[in-house]
This record gives sequence, structure tokens and C-alpha cells, in this order.
Amino acid sequence: MVYSLPEEVLEHVFSFITLDKDRNAVSLVCKSWYEIERWCRRRIFVGNCYAVSPSIMTRRFPEVRSVELKGKPHFADFNLVPEGWGGFACPWISEMSRAYPWLEEIRLKRMVVTDESLELISTSFKNFKVLVLSSCEGFSTDGLAAIAANCSEVMDLSGHWLSHFPNTCTSLESLNIACLGSEVSFSALERLVGRSPNLKILRLNRAVPLEKLSTLLCRAPQLVELGTGAYSSGIRSDVYSSLSKAFLGCKELKGLSGFWDVDPSYLLAFYSVCSRLTSLNLSYATIRSPDITKVISQCPNLQRLWVLDHVEDSGLNAVALSCKDLRELRVFPSDPYIADANVTLTEQGLVSVSEGCPKLQSVLYFCRQMSNSALITIARNRPNLICFRLCVIEPRAPDYLTLEPLDVGFGAIVEHCKELRRLSLSGLLTDRVFEYIGRHAKRLEMLSIAFAGNSDLGLHHVLSGCDGLRKLEIRDCPFGDKALLANVAKLETMRSLWMSSCAVSYGACKFLSQKMPMLNVEVIDENGSLDSRFDSCPVEKLYIYRTVAGPRSDMPGYIRTIDRDRVNTIS
Amino acid sequence: MDRKRSSLNLFEDIDLNYKATELRLGLPGTDDQPEIKTSLSGNKRSSSEMESSTCTDENESRSASPTKEQVVGWPPVRSYRRNIVQGKKESSEMGSGMYVKVSMDGAPYLRKVDLKMYRSYEELMEGLQKMFKCIIGLYSEREGYNGSQHAPTYEDKDGDWMLVGDVPWEMFITSCKRLRIMKASEARGLDDSL
Repeated sequence: MVYSLPEEVLEHVFSFITLDKDRNAVSLVCKSWYEIERWCRRRIFVGNCYAVSPSIMTRRFPEVRSVELKGKPHFADFNLVPEGWGGFACPWISEMSRAYPWLEEIRLKRMVVTDESLELISTSFKNFKVLVLSSCEGFSTDGLAAIAANCSEVMDLSGHWLSHFPNTCTSLESLNIACLGSEVSFSALERLVGRSPNLKILRLNRAVPLEKLSTLLCRAPQLVELGTGAYSSGIRSDVYSSLSKAFLGCKELKGLSGFWDVDPSYLLAFYSVCSRLTSLNLSYATIRSPDITKVISQCPNLQRLWVLDHVEDSGLNAVALSCKDLRELRVFPSDPYIADANVTLTEQGLVSVSEGCPKLQSVLYFCRQMSNSALITIARNRPNLICFRLCVIEPRAPDYLTLEPLDVGFGAIVEHCKELRRLSLSGLLTDRVFEYIGRHAKRLEMLSIAFAGNSDLGLHHVLSGCDGLRKLEIRDCPFGDKALLANVAKLETMRSLWMSSCAVSYGACKFLSQKMPMLNVEVIDENGSLDSRFDSCPVEKLYIYRTVAGPRSDMPGYIRTIDRDRVNTIS
Repeated sequence: MDRKRSSLNLFEDIDLNYKATELRLGLPGTDDQPEIKTSLSGNKRSSSEMESSTCTDENESRSASPTKEQVVGWPPVRSYRRNIVQGKKESSEMGSGMYVKVSMDGAPYLRKVDLKMYRSYEELMEGLQKMFKCIIGLYSEREGYNGSQHAPTYEDKDGDWMLVGDVPWEMFITSCKRLRIMKASEARGLDDSL
């Protein structure tokens, strides 16, 4: 006779298990655990909104309080995914409004959200608290107004219209209007900030002038994160002094961002908070290296730094000296489209930071030259890297010292950084780099490849070697049918594969679709007619993802899911 | 034939003679551009490049150009990050120009300064003071430039003469068409007339 613990006890134990991975494992132990677990799961993350249908989710998990969904493929950020592709939030929101009256949080990324959906959200969930829309589109301030008006408990909002907030004290904790292009009524903003004692995060948009910033800060000295508006003013000595006084009062401030149109003479107005700063985003500030260095050397506790390439190697040397707690560095290109940016940012800056910052785990670095020796040095210095995204701006740029491909350099990265989860490649690369990646990058979850490789062998190395691979996105590489068809089973273990401007044929797509019923093989072709394709024609863009929801029906005309049933009837 | 059809160069390595066997879609008479391993100008033709170019002249899109804008989605920078410096350059180069004439009352000839060389009012004042060997007073919102014999003014896009320093620097350099360093006595007249 096997004793089993009562349901309530198991539920209580399960409540301590929060990671999706662990929850999924729990549900596989036995039928009764599956049942108990599904009733007490409160948080759902759907990485690809087409991998599962809304009703499958609500049927299995009836008591959910928080849902996070992602829609378009990552390359949509760079305009590679055409308009109208999909990622519509509407069916999800309708289903959730029906099935989850107690839903508290909705987080959507790269999805299309309409005003109607926002209105539905605002009236369906009595306990609604958090709405986060990142990189979404399709809504206007009307929809946001509905949220503001109807959700009295909303604590965390992004990009919302101000004037519809209730007049009484609010429990607002986070307000992010950084993406709003238009001016907002400053008095409405000031009043809202004044009656939100729990406000921790405030991100203004560019239109909020610097002169008004001190007013807001004085009303919200409890802020933990601040995004400024435009950071310049006419010559007014009183602006500087009132600003520094206001910053002096912000004892909890840990994160700063914004800084559009920076006037360097106002930079050190926030001098008093520098020593507490853990996060600094200067990536919109076109200030030069000496000014950046001045700021950075005052911030010994910085963990995250986002900056333009104006920081130059000298600025990064200062980072290496001063910011010993740095975990994440992102260096963006100030002028991505010219060949020579007149900015002395080279591989040396990154090497310095890798030497000086022992906790560095995450790197995004745009530069114009790189060498294998630099990459090897970085790899040896920082085996604790988890995310390494390097973009050498010129496609197929070789090692600038030896003119060789950067295979060996990236090979060193994957060999030394055993916990690497995300990698973006650039520069001149042959199949060899993929051999290294397949051999060493066992924990790699996301790989981005562009203008690289020589043949299918490259792709084959990746698909056959990277055990943990979940997302693979490839553009402009000579990868064709062979590697895909040799690794069909692998595709079902991944969330998605994106290939554009490669050499995969239509026939291979049909074959794949036939062989793997659990995959949606979507072919995108904006230029021609999908119906008149010959098998040997290469497809323009290809998006393959695993799904239990079958082929989707909301695609525009230039996208087709290869229909398994029709494959046999087409010549 | 559809002009937008792209020519796909499927393989990069010229060693593997795939070009002999590859299937290509292309406009009749399009050239075979050899892929060179070392990078030159940002003009590597990829299929996405061809798709995105809307100009009807094939040659124009293929000729060497300094901009990389022809490759869609490369470098992988989100659109709101693309014009940080470019936007400023465009707005400053359009019409108003960066080199502006500077006249000083009583000086025999005019000078020209490049506003782009300065990052703030302080720097501009320093530059002007050096150039004209004069002293410009301290700015205050209420009283303009006090405490010296000279005050800087500028002509804006609308043709009005304005006191330098009232608006944010960025706005100033995009609207300033010329500068005039006035005698303080005249400048006070400017203020009074407001």
C-alpha cells in the first residue's frame, strides 16, 4: 500500500517551485501530481504564441494569475519580418477574459495589441495589477486611457496616457512613457506623480524638459529608477542648482536612463546619486568620451552600463578601473551606416573591460574591427560569460590584423565560456566556427548568425552539436537543404528556427512539413506567388517552429504554412 | 518581369564551383559580382539588399556607396536607435548650416564659426571671446548679458534677432543663421523692447 501525501500538502510544497522547468518536471512524475500541479500553477510563459492555442492553455491551467506571451520572431526588431506577419494578442485576451477572471498580470512582447483588447483587459479582470507591452504595436492612447480609467489597482504601467487616472491616491508603482512621441500635460504628470507615493519607477519621454525634472524629483524622492527627458536647457544657472538639489533628495535612486540631447554641462547634476547607481543607460546621449568618463568614474557600484560608442576605448578603460561590480555592458553604434565613424572604439575597449570587471556576464558590443587574439583574450579573462553578442559592423570583416576569419576567436569564446547561453556572431566566418560551436557550446540556447559559413556543414554542426539550442536565427548564409533534412528531429526540440536569404528550397520545406507533423513550416515570400513555386526554388524567408496548435490561420497572403495534406497532390 | 526579383548569390566561396550549378533568379543580363573575402566598402550584395532597393536603376543600387543602408536589418540596431547622431546631423545640415557668419560691432570684417565645433553655450562663448578678443558678460535669464561691453545675439530661421542662451543648445544650433556680437548698450535696448 503506497501512502501518498494529501493534495493540500503537495500543493503547498509545489507553491515553492516557481521555475517553469521545474513545474513541468513535477507534472511529469505521475498522473496525480500532474493534476495537482495544473490546478495550482499561477504563472505561464509562452515563448511563441503560436506554439499553443489559448484554449489549450486555459483548459490545462485553470487558475492562472500571470501570463507572459511573445509573438514575432526576434529578427522583427531589425525589420526582417514583414508587416502583417501576425502575433495578434486578441484571441489570447478574449480567451483569458473568459477563463481567468482573477488574472493579475499580462506581459506581451512583439505582439499586435488593439485598443479593443486593451479595453477588454481593463474591464475583465477585477484584480488586475500589471500590464507590460514591450515592442508591441496596434494600439493608441485611447486604449491606454481605458486601462488607466478602469484599473484602479494597476501598479505597473508602461507608456500610458495620463489624464485618465483616477483623482484619488493611486497605487501606481511604475510609469514608463519613454516611448510616447508626443508631449504630455506636465501638470497632469506632476499631479499624478504627487499622488502616487508608491511610485518607484518613472521613465519620462523626450518631450519633458529638463527645467521640470527637479519639480518631479521633489515630488517623488522615493524613486528607484528614473528616466529623464531631454537633458539640456538654455543657459540657466538655476536649473543646474535646483536639479542637483533635487537629486540630492533621492536617496533610493539606483537606476538612471533617458538623457536625450545631453548638454554636458548638466551631467554632473546627478553627481550625488552616482555612488549608489547600479544601472546607467547613456545610450541616447551623444556626449564624448571625456564627459562619459567623468561620470563613470563616480559610479563604483555600477552593474549595468549601456552607452554609445562615443565612450571609446578610453572610456571603457575607466569602466575597467572603476566599475568592479559590472555585470552587463552594451555599447551601441552612434552612426551605424558610415564606414568610418571617427570614434576610437576598438576591440581594445572590450578587452579592457573583460580584464578589469570580474563579474562581467553579458556583453553586447558594436565595433568596426576585431581580432582573434582579442577574442581569445576576452574568452580567457571571462569564462563566466553567459551572453556574448558581438557585431562587427562590416559584414564578413576579417581579423583586421591577420586578415583571417574570426573562427578561432569565437571558438575560444565557446570553449572557455562553458555557461554561454546566448551568442551572436559577426565578421568573416567559415564552417570551422560552427564546428567549434557544435563541439563546445552545449549550454547555448540562442544563436544568431549573419553572413557566415561556407556550406551546409556549418549548419549541420550547430544542429547536431548544440544540445541546449532553443532559438536559432540565420540570415544571408549559404545553408541549404542538406543540414535541415539531416536534423529534422532536432527542430522539434527547439522553439523556433528563422532563416532568411539562405538557400533552402521549397521542396525541402514540403518534405520537412510532411515528415514532422509537430512543426509549422512557414514560408514567407513577398515578391512572388507562393502557389507557382517549383520544388527547387529557394525560399526567401523561412520560419519553423514546434506547435501543438496546428497550422495558424491568421497569416497574410505572402506567408504559407506548408500544408501536409496538400503536399501529395501538388506536382 | 517583376523588377523586384532578386538575384540570390547562394554560395560565397568561389572555390566550390557551385556557381556553375546553382539556380538563380535574376533580371536578364545581371552581372555576376564576385564575392571578395576581404571587406571593402559596405556594398556586399545580398538578396535582401536587392529587395529593399526600390530604385529602378540596377547599376545605381550596386555602385559603391558609403552608406550601408541598403542591407535590410544590418547592422542589427533597433529603429529608434538608428538616428541618434544622424538625426542631429541632418537637422543641423539642412538649411541652417553649421558655418555661420559672426559680426562684431566695430570690427572691420566678419568671421565664420562652425557651430558643430562646440557642444555648449560655454564653449561657444569661449570661442567667440578668443576670436574677437572681447569679453562677453554672464548670462542671466532676467537680464541678459550683464557685466561687460558685449552681448551675443543671433538671427534665427524666421529672421528675428534673438539673444543667445535662452533655448536649449540643440535647438539653438539648428535655428541659428548668423551671429552678431552687439555692444552691450545696444543689446540692452534689444531686451527692453521685448
